[in-house]
Amino acid sequence: MSASTETRASVQATKPPAGRQSPNGHKKRRVKPAKPSVRLGIRMRRNWQLYAMLALPLIWLAIFAYWPMYGVIIAFKDYNVVSGIWGSPWAGFKYFDRFIESYQFWRLIKNTVYLHVYELVATFPLPILLALCLNTVRKKWFSRSAQLITYAPHFISTVVVVGLVVVLTNPNTGVANKLIGLFGFGPVDFLGDAGLFRHIFVWSGAWQTMGFSAIIYLAALTSVPPELHEAAIVDGASRLRRMWHIDLPSIVPVAVILLILNIGSILSVGFEKVLLMQNSLNLDTAEVIDTYVYKIGLASAVPQFSYATAIGLFRSVIGLVLLVLANTFARRFAKSSLW
Amino acid sequence: MSAAGTLPPDEKRLAVGAPIQDTRGDKIALACIYTALGFFCLAVLYPIIYVLSASVSNTKKVSAGEVWLWPVGFTVDAYKAIFDYDAIVSSFGNSVYYAVVGAVVATVLTLLAAYPLSRKGLPGKGIIMAAFVFTMMFSGGLIPTYLVVDQLGLLNTRWAMILPTALAVWNVIITRTYFMVTIPEELVEAGKVDGCSDFGFFWRIVLPLSKPIIAVNLLFYAVGQWNSFFNALIYLTNEHLFPLQVVLRQILIQTKVDPSQMPDTSKLAQLKELQQQLKYSLIVIGMIPPLLVYPFVQKHFVKGAMIGSLKG
Repeated sequence: MSASTETRASVQATKPPAGRQSPNGHKKRRVKPAKPSVRLGIRMRRNWQLYAMLALPLIWLAIFAYWPMYGVIIAFKDYNVVSGIWGSPWAGFKYFDRFIESYQFWRLIKNTVYLHVYELVATFPLPILLALCLNTVRKKWFSRSAQLITYAPHFISTVVVVGLVVVLTNPNTGVANKLIGLFGFGPVDFLGDAGLFRHIFVWSGAWQTMGFSAIIYLAALTSVPPELHEAAIVDGASRLRRMWHIDLPSIVPVAVILLILNIGSILSVGFEKVLLMQNSLNLDTAEVIDTYVYKIGLASAVPQFSYATAIGLFRSVIGLVLLVLANTFARRFAKSSLW
Repeated sequence: MSAAGTLPPDEKRLAVGAPIQDTRGDKIALACIYTALGFFCLAVLYPIIYVLSASVSNTKKVSAGEVWLWPVGFTVDAYKAIFDYDAIVSSFGNSVYYAVVGAVVATVLTLLAAYPLSRKGLPGKGIIMAAFVFTMMFSGGLIPTYLVVDQLGLLNTRWAMILPTALAVWNVIITRTYFMVTIPEELVEAGKVDGCSDFGFFWRIVLPLSKPIIAVNLLFYAVGQWNSFFNALIYLTNEHLFPLQVVLRQILIQTKVDPSQMPDTSKLAQLKELQQQLKYSLIVIGMIPPLLVYPFVQKHFVKGAMIGSLKG
């Protein structure tokens, strides 16, 4: 065992900029030679208190994360409450077939992907832009108060944000309709219009998350060495050029990682919010996979547990596959990845 | 600046602390940046201010569209009506309970998970960490989780609001990174030499050194609990356990006002009249608690996110 870890450590050490992995490698190299004779069992016994601390979180993880994963097998069974998960008869891929052949299938996929891609395209660049601007501002009070203000909506609940949208776009009393009324446009029932649903969903989301998402980019920007900027100034680079050639490249790795995560969740849009914004009038575009799962699985009078689980599993697996693909792609072409 | 102004132009750049002279292009760029930031801030602030103003304005003036920015015909009737509506008051109490208890339970679990995982050379650490991280990428999904909560007998109890979402893996990662950065290995060694057990070290040294990250965790979980509504929607059917968000949803989005919640019928008529106004003031009520808290912890939030992004 010790020999194998040692070779792995040396392999990692020779790999040039393995960045994130290297602390691990160092650890093994530093610890190993110091006490090479300590066996695994003894080391584990010595750390029993640390394992004791881990016990509660691990029990939680087993119950609320891994037990449901085991429960996923009901997607392949005809689940009924009386016989339980294991006792119910197998159904094979019946429910997956049913979902793929159902008339809902393409509509759900289209709505989900469309909504997510629109959201991604519209809201991904905004925090980057905001962070670049905030980073350039030299007046401390200005950038501080701008941050304070733009972070605020992140702390407002989804219910309240949707409530805000409902109230502001109310066809009779909402201020949005008063505003377009000034320009001579008739009252529009924004939330009752299937064609407008996506725009309202995406832009109210941008309103809510833009500021807080900028934090991570701001963090990356603080690690840009000031010498780079000084050198560029001496060379006569303008402010915009410096933003473009120094600041932007330094946040690309972070952006790539966030993009990968985002692609992995392509089939799961902000589901709570979609559910809250749905009504019978906009269902045409507002029905996505997750809300459908909720409706047939829990909200309907005759809950179809197995069918709903199958749809959910279908979504999770595609999400995982996309995540892995995006990660591989990013590792090869953008030289930064999740793992 | 005035001192730098007297220097010849070449030395002006080099003078310590003197701002670098902007070129004309830079000035335009900077003006654009300030404008953009100002626009972002306005876009965020306007709806909030409007709702605040509308909630204390005269109903008719709001409906007539006379309110644009500041209150017109100041009145607090809508707020008075809220306090007469039983469901809102009791659910407000429930939400406070869930936020406080949920935050404490979740923070304890997070600290207990993060500290051992931050220690160097703990056998099996990699596997345990992987077990945590995997749940971020793949989960059992809605129905299986619901069935587990059902089987544990948690449906329609307060625990259903607290336990299933007690641990956020992302927080474990951030907290663990914080420990790795702030608790040097030498300190652990020194503690061992002095005969300190792992429990003792955690309790007497690690926790006192980790107040910022504890604050971040508490507030993160509390805000999360305060704002969550979906757990209540699927796990709770007993109205007495509903958190504020569920009641807000009923009134704001589904426009359901339950007459049985109003003990006084004369007030019911008033409530109907105030319906629209009630929505504005309810939004304010739902929005205020997190907004009051976050400026105080914003700095810690930012720090936490930064630490997380350093070594995530």
